[in-house]
Amino acid sequence: MPTFNQIKAILSQKTVGIAGAGGLGSNCAVSLIRSGVGKLIVADYDRVSPENLNRQFYFRKQSGMKKVDALRENLHKICPGCLLQMHDTWVTKENIDLLFSVCDVVVEAFDEAEQKSMLIEYMLTNLPDIPLVAASGMAGFGRTELIKIVQSGNLYVCGDEESEISEENPPLAPRVSIVANMQADIVLQLLLKDAF
Amino acid sequence: MKITLNNRPENFDADSLSVSRIMEIKSFHFKMLVVRLNDTLIKRDDYETTEVRDGDDLKIIHLVSGG
Repeated sequence: MPTFNQIKAILSQKTVGIAGAGGLGSNCAVSLIRSGVGKLIVADYDRVSPENLNRQFYFRKQSGMKKVDALRENLHKICPGCLLQMHDTWVTKENIDLLFSVCDVVVEAFDEAEQKSMLIEYMLTNLPDIPLVAASGMAGFGRTELIKIVQSGNLYVCGDEESEISEENPPLAPRVSIVANMQADIVLQLLLKDAF
Repeated sequence: MKITLNNRPENFDADSLSVSRIMEIKSFHFKMLVVRLNDTLIKRDDYETTEVRDGDDLKIIHLVSGG
């Protein structure tokens, strides 16, 4: 096994894209920055609200801030030197290339299934050489043994594929963070696979 | 035919079946799906016309909201 310094030396040269800065994106970003990834490109159009704090990596006094600005602030507290390219924008088919084509790996961290599907289809069709780490199914609590990783070529999907969010099945910190960190772990594996 | 469906071996009593027929038989009823046949993306419009044959690797992944 390589040392953490050797791992950081490789990761510091890498760029990871994160589409969405909610429960998945904010927590995944924190783990990637803690691990030493050199640059993140994050896109989200939303603002922090108090209801987000049950699972997202923000703080109460950040309510009302753009998520990308709040996340930049929080990530820089962990790693002042990391490079962060934050985009306050809604990710669409029209801007995916512009946002993410320079990334070594992209993380799908959206909330809505339609957005997930849009990004997955676009990436597999137009940027097939960039690995995409997506997530599906992490609402509620318990049944964590059902969370898994499905791989098909360059596409990885983490989650239980069934726990959809609703009023009666809200997203909660433990399972959302578990899946966000599974995504981060797959990203590390992909970034380090040729190095060691 | 014998195929691999979501990493598990499956037997069907036919030489080939369309992706949509396999979804019916195996009750994949979620609205949002990602379908990959031998690691190639199959778009929704092509579910009816894409035939799955002996030895193929089919993955049908559910996408549900949450994140």
